[in-house]
Amino acid sequence: MKVLLSWMREFAPIDGEPSFLAEAMTDLGMVVESVTTTGPSWEGIVVAKVLALRPHPEADRIQLVDVDAGDGEPLQICCGAFNMAVGDLVPLATVGTTMPGGLEIGRRKLRGQWSNGMICSAAELELGEDAEGILVLEPDLTVGADLAGALGAESDVLFDLDIEGNRPDALSVVGVTRDLAARLGVPFSLPTPTFSEVEPSTAAQASVDIQAPELCSRFGIRVLDNVSIGASPRWLASRLTAAGMRPINSIVDISNYVMLELGQPNHTYDLGRVPEGRLGVRMARDGETLVTLDDVQRRLTPEDGVITNGSDEPIGLAGVMGGASTEISDSTTRVLLEAAVWDRMTIARTSRRLNLRSEASTRFERGVDPFGIERALDRFVELAGEICGAKVATGSVVAVGGLAEPLSVPVRTARMNKILNLSLTAAEMAALLDPIGFSSTPTDDGLMVAVPSWRPDCEIEEDIAEEIGRHHGYDKSGTRVPTPTQAGALTRDQRARRRVRRTLLGDGYSEAMPMPFLAPDDLAMAGLDAAGISLANPLVAEESVLRTSLLPGLLKAVARNQSHRIDTVRLYELGRVWQPSDDELPNEYELVAAIGSGHGPTGTVERPETAAEAGVRSLYRMAAELGLRGLAVVNADVPGLHPTRAAEVRFRGNVIGSVGEVDPRVLENYGVAGRASWFELEVAPILAAMATPARYEPVSLYPSSDVDLAFVTPDDVAATDVAKTIEKAGGGLIRSVRLFDVFRSAQLGAGHRSLAYQVRLQADDRTLTDEEVADIRRRCIDEVARAHGAELRG
Amino acid sequence: MIDQLAEHEASAIAAIDGAETLDGLAEAKTASLGKSAPLTIVQRQLGSLPAEERKEAGKALNEVRRRVEARLDARTAELAEAERAARLVAERLDLTEVPTDVAVGHAHVVTQAWEELEDVFVGMGFRIAEGPEAETDWHNFDALNIPPGHPARDGFDTIYVDHGPPGSTLLRTHTSPVQIRTMLDEDPPIHIVAPGRVFRRDTPDATHTPVFHQLEGLVVDHDISLADLAGTIEAFTESYFGAGFHSRLRPNYFPFTEPSAEFDIQQPDGTWLELGGCGMVHPNVLRAGGIDPEEWTAFAFGFGIDRLAAMKFAIDDLRELFTNDVRFLSQF
Repeated sequence: MKVLLSWMREFAPIDGEPSFLAEAMTDLGMVVESVTTTGPSWEGIVVAKVLALRPHPEADRIQLVDVDAGDGEPLQICCGAFNMAVGDLVPLATVGTTMPGGLEIGRRKLRGQWSNGMICSAAELELGEDAEGILVLEPDLTVGADLAGALGAESDVLFDLDIEGNRPDALSVVGVTRDLAARLGVPFSLPTPTFSEVEPSTAAQASVDIQAPELCSRFGIRVLDNVSIGASPRWLASRLTAAGMRPINSIVDISNYVMLELGQPNHTYDLGRVPEGRLGVRMARDGETLVTLDDVQRRLTPEDGVITNGSDEPIGLAGVMGGASTEISDSTTRVLLEAAVWDRMTIARTSRRLNLRSEASTRFERGVDPFGIERALDRFVELAGEICGAKVATGSVVAVGGLAEPLSVPVRTARMNKILNLSLTAAEMAALLDPIGFSSTPTDDGLMVAVPSWRPDCEIEEDIAEEIGRHHGYDKSGTRVPTPTQAGALTRDQRARRRVRRTLLGDGYSEAMPMPFLAPDDLAMAGLDAAGISLANPLVAEESVLRTSLLPGLLKAVARNQSHRIDTVRLYELGRVWQPSDDELPNEYELVAAIGSGHGPTGTVERPETAAEAGVRSLYRMAAELGLRGLAVVNADVPGLHPTRAAEVRFRGNVIGSVGEVDPRVLENYGVAGRASWFELEVAPILAAMATPARYEPVSLYPSSDVDLAFVTPDDVAATDVAKTIEKAGGGLIRSVRLFDVFRSAQLGAGHRSLAYQVRLQADDRTLTDEEVADIRRRCIDEVARAHGAELRG
Repeated sequence: MIDQLAEHEASAIAAIDGAETLDGLAEAKTASLGKSAPLTIVQRQLGSLPAEERKEAGKALNEVRRRVEARLDARTAELAEAERAARLVAERLDLTEVPTDVAVGHAHVVTQAWEELEDVFVGMGFRIAEGPEAETDWHNFDALNIPPGHPARDGFDTIYVDHGPPGSTLLRTHTSPVQIRTMLDEDPPIHIVAPGRVFRRDTPDATHTPVFHQLEGLVVDHDISLADLAGTIEAFTESYFGAGFHSRLRPNYFPFTEPSAEFDIQQPDGTWLELGGCGMVHPNVLRAGGIDPEEWTAFAFGFGIDRLAAMKFAIDDLRELFTNDVRFLSQF
């Protein structure tokens, strides 16, 4: 909302530095986004009188104009416009002037004739849009006077305000002024429009029938005759321009002016095109059509409100846009003026559906004062009488639809003071509320506050508290720090989640934050089940499915980095995924995943670790650091992963994720070069395990014995399975089983390898005898042979 | 035989000196001091000498043996040292062959800011609450005093998901639903902050991304007032931004708070920066959370985490935060 200081001053004697006023408005919640000193930078431009008009000897399109710039001497000017006559007063930019647009006026020759300045159009003065002809001034001005002074166009201040959705009243000059005047402690008043009326009356010429009271609370009309439509006077046009609206013609401009000033949108009909002046208000019927002012045929629904003519045909879209059939034209002389207040939700729905947002619909959506109608009608006819020579028919007609009862809110002084941390008396509160239109009467414990009709946002005690706080000043409430009754802390899971993150950072993975939205084929391209939940209203198709895995996002991240020639990429993400469910909400849970491409931190240039190994090593590292005892890797087919380099991650009896190398075909689909290590785990089981602290186990004080065992095992027997078998065979006396050598040779045969384990034996309560050690060794060998068909290597 | 001692000593010393390895020295030791070494034989023969001669010869023999042993020890040390030196030479590694581009993980700037904020609020006695990112329409809007059709719903540019009846499930547009969930789960007093990921159907630009992060605060207690809100914001401002930073509240509008305010941060150079929204929790919101607004009052506040992160590191385009470009991530 743009508001001119001069306009505000018509309603209250507002004074002070613009910055001070801006601060006051901001402090009231009407945030001033900019303050501009407007008005004319017209230095050097004076009122000049046309003395003579002569053709230019060399050119048809310019003429020579002799003007008196105040000294009585004729001064020759070359001018491209022909709309002035001898004796007219015109604005003259004298030599040396810098025009508002930046043009510098010098003495120069045009086709051999001297031009000693420039005669200006409204556009050149930035007074309006009209660039066609010269701006011919009122004849009563003093020749030679400064133009700015002569026009009373002193510099003005334009405040650009950000008005919040709860303040429809502040979408008007008077609303802003009322609030500011109250803060400044200066009187605010709305002048009563003055105009004379003639018979026949409005009621004799027009009528309104509200058939849908839920749609319209009040609908007022007035009739104007003898209207002559032309350009608006300069003061009006320049105010509209400053407020950001384009001047069109006097009637349209008055309509906009009244809306800006009072916040009441209004509409004019060519009364000659409304049979018998009969208007109706109802909801549209399905399939009904209406050609709106912008010449677009609109198909209506029963959710839209319409204004109809006497034949029940729609002639306007309520609160959103008028119809073309009754539009005012240059030849219109009889005007039917409407000011109505519409149901907020209906207007919001219709303007949204048709994507028709206007100054009017914005105000109706937020709530217009139903009792401001008469004043708006009167202000309109007052201006139309002055500007368009209109004859105003006697009286107005106001039809009443569904009108809410005026609201009074009981307010408890103690409650207000408690919320605001103040100690105001009821009388002090009333004094803060009164200037902004909330009248109060004392009650036993406070006030009964009548909410003004222009504040539909105020419904409860707390709303009144905001008004009191706003006008008293929020800063008066002071500061106090509440005392929590318990210690602040992260939860166990939150601390654990941080440790998971630290662990991965420590392993060289940087944290990525890919978008959680995928393209429809991203999951399939990653070799995953494509059953992700779709977004109902995605912005773009590439981001229309909720991810079910972190793989696609991290693959895209690696591909992006590779496209910038960054080959070593180690990224992790801890984030949420969604699976369809039958519950109230999708099945949402956290995953943590790490991807690595290029050479990792282990291995050397000569023998880099394979991607699959790197993935498993990172997984083990994380498990060890987080104390996830018993986490096991089990070779398996995992969607999206390399068919022969993938494993499930099992933990406490459940599969909680996967590890290995990304399927080369998937990498190809995502444009990732080389290979990529991968693991992905559910976070919840990790956090749950971390919640249980490790239990102390006494350290054995007795010596341990090591036994080395090498088995020739088929390739499809997992090394960890052999280790597990050994451990079980040891009957609780095995402290550790460590794979220390893997060896293949022609002698062992294809499809076989030797796995060598160092087995450490130890008892808690005694030194193991040689016989016991030999016995366990035997049992281990037998058990591995039995379970895996593996022979001890000779 | 005694007269041969000098000869034996000489040959033993020669053998010891001639040994070039520890193994060779072990052989020389056997040859000069072992069971069948000449000196050992001489020692065995001592018994057969007359008493006075035996004493003298024994003394001479011991001296020879001591000298040979001393030489042996010296040579052992010498050779051990040489072998260690040779082994170290053989073990030589060019440590500059180790790849220099070690992988160091960098926490995302948003996570850094997120955790720092959590720590500040934990220090002020808050706990950290969480909630789902896919939310019900009720938790995201209705319960926050934004009923269906409320114009404020438009301003949120909500992303809905295909789950349940149309319009019933959405990606939360703010962290405020966590307020509702916390109030429904816990009895007051409540002191929580809820950092989280939120979603808007926004075309990305330098100051907007469709996915971003917010931090929400909620305090419910007896006698909570606007002053408690202002004091909390001020205390947070000083501890997060540092001394010299101050805050102010000015009236604003949010459907879920009444009175509502925007809070601004004043930087040490005097300029103000709009940071977030706050206010006294609307009674309808407390009721939706199962809390009696007559018995309890509450304040809430919220602001964007990403913007704070971007400010801290002078990142001028929020889209940068989510490119996952290693060259970006590794700067922080």
